[in-house]
Amino acid sequence: MNAVSRSNAYNFGFLDEYAKKEVRRAILKAIAIPGYQVPYASREMPMGRGFGTGGLQLTLSLIGPNDVLKVIDQGSDDSVNAVNLRRFIEMTCPGVSTTTKTAECTLIQSRHRIPERPLTSKQIIVLQVPYPDPLVVVEPSEDKRKTMHGEADYSRLLVKLYEDIVKFDEITISHRYPTRINDHYVIDPSPIPRWDVPKLHASAALILFGAGREKKIYAVPPHTKAEPLAFSDVPFRVEDFRDEQGRRRACARCGCTDSFLDEFVTDSGIKTYQCSDSDWCNEKMALARQTEGKPA
Amino acid sequence: MGYVAIKGGGRAIAGAAAATEFLRTEEGLSDTPAEPLGIHAILHQLRYLVDRVVSEGGVYHPQFAALAIKQSLGDTLEAAFALRAWRSTRPRLSTTPPLDTSRMRLIRRISSAFKDIPGGQMLGPTPDYALRLLRMELMDESPAAFRAFARRWLESCPETQLPDSFPKVLDALRAEGLLPPVTSRTQAAFDITREPLVFPVPRSAQLATMARAETGSLLAIAYSNMRGYGDVHPTIAELRVGYLPVMLPHPITNELTEVGEVLITECEVVAMYEASDTGGKPMFTMGYGACFGHNEVKAISMAILDRALQKGMKDGPGNPSEDPEFVLLHVDGVDSMGFASHYKMPHYVTFQSDLDRLRTTQQKQGERA
Repeated sequence: MNAVSRSNAYNFGFLDEYAKKEVRRAILKAIAIPGYQVPYASREMPMGRGFGTGGLQLTLSLIGPNDVLKVIDQGSDDSVNAVNLRRFIEMTCPGVSTTTKTAECTLIQSRHRIPERPLTSKQIIVLQVPYPDPLVVVEPSEDKRKTMHGEADYSRLLVKLYEDIVKFDEITISHRYPTRINDHYVIDPSPIPRWDVPKLHASAALILFGAGREKKIYAVPPHTKAEPLAFSDVPFRVEDFRDEQGRRRACARCGCTDSFLDEFVTDSGIKTYQCSDSDWCNEKMALARQTEGKPA
Repeated sequence: MGYVAIKGGGRAIAGAAAATEFLRTEEGLSDTPAEPLGIHAILHQLRYLVDRVVSEGGVYHPQFAALAIKQSLGDTLEAAFALRAWRSTRPRLSTTPPLDTSRMRLIRRISSAFKDIPGGQMLGPTPDYALRLLRMELMDESPAAFRAFARRWLESCPETQLPDSFPKVLDALRAEGLLPPVTSRTQAAFDITREPLVFPVPRSAQLATMARAETGSLLAIAYSNMRGYGDVHPTIAELRVGYLPVMLPHPITNELTEVGEVLITECEVVAMYEASDTGGKPMFTMGYGACFGHNEVKAISMAILDRALQKGMKDGPGNPSEDPEFVLLHVDGVDSMGFASHYKMPHYVTFQSDLDRLRTTQQKQGERA
């Protein structure tokens, strides 16, 4: 084996330039047709399919040396998968800076959450997607689903919602809530909770979705209409964080009462709640400390 | 109160990697430490493992396949995965024209359709007729024993002159009019590494997908067809294993030039005849399988599925093995193992959302009752 084949020197962004160009072309098409799933030849990445390889290919194709990157998983910058992805990007994109602060980044790669702090027009968020097609729950064949999307035929999906109401008096879809983009294509917004779905609507930031295993890219461009599927008499509802007395639960750490909360059971068996978005929580804490520190 | 969520991710990952590396190197602590596994030892003594990884990795690089096997502690899915990921970093520089497998330098070729075939049957290296009894003497082998056997075997080989190539069994069937003639040789092949599968996909895309599929997945679906969820009933017209010359246009003269060779397995099955749509003579139908390395079960499974998929494309799928979407989207090892593994990642947010739905629904049902 010669010295060259032993070296670990990868191209900036790991992928070869042709591959990155191909991904960027697919992104442009996705932006031009909001909500349409653009097929692309997804490359194998050195981490497992399902761990964010689709999002990663988008991030690596978009990132430049001037970008400031934030990587989160379940809302946290420090979860194992987020750390792993961030490390890989730092390793293969020398010169790129990373941050945990939503306010400071230009590019966010995320799994299962959109940050609580509203994003700006200077930012792009890339969401990792396991199942790109909302119709998969009613139609297993991709070929048939493609026709249904083309004709904006979502009747079977609406029937599913209706059946839920008949059976449970409630729409039972918890996350991956089907959302209609720009009055035509219905997307699977990735496994974000319903809490995050309203953030898709008229977002200032560009929202990109990458499904590596399923080889699809789609987008919700800035200032685009995004409506969760619902009925006029059964409105869409986000997760309910009220306690038995009807009071909104607060984060046990920062006291915030308007963020998505993770539920914990302490060793003594008591249920507590904390912000899922770690940066949001830290920011609130810092703010509280500042206010406390000031003389009254 | 500290932030409870999954802290210390970086340290945990490094720790897990070190623990795995310890498993690999632990033997170094024993009183009679063994040599670290050499790439050469893997290439030669675990050659079917290398062949499988080369084939599923979809890149012909036996040395790196051996390295991948070594670093993944022999996990074929992981090894093929590492090889594929490495391939993602390589640009596509050139494309070969379709290669002629009749020019293969064969180490083995058999036909189960005819007792004698032009050029003759050649059993070659195969465990097919071996008794699967544990060979206890291999528990402790010496380099001297290796050398002795290899030398004895070579010396006992008769010096017969083998022809450079063998005629294909199918050509004889075609000449007799039992198989349809080859028609679409000029059609450009679909490149699955540069284009996504958007159904319906051409046969070349199906073949390419199966050629780098995970062996076990391919076998399971092909087996379902053999057992009764399908009706291919194949006969192996020819199975050949050998080194195929790889031809590329010369950069200056543009003349096709041999740049090397790859070990491949090729299988052609013939299945029961069909009446022609156009009222012509009924003919046999065929299925084709080929993959990198010496992987006979894979090539046979692929040939059966190729035949099943052609039927499904023509008449509509009658069972899973005839459905191109079902077969092609579920046989890739990197995709399927990755997705199965991803369930180990945290799903706190979505589970929180699930809890919200269940509690709300339970509450509503309670109110109703």
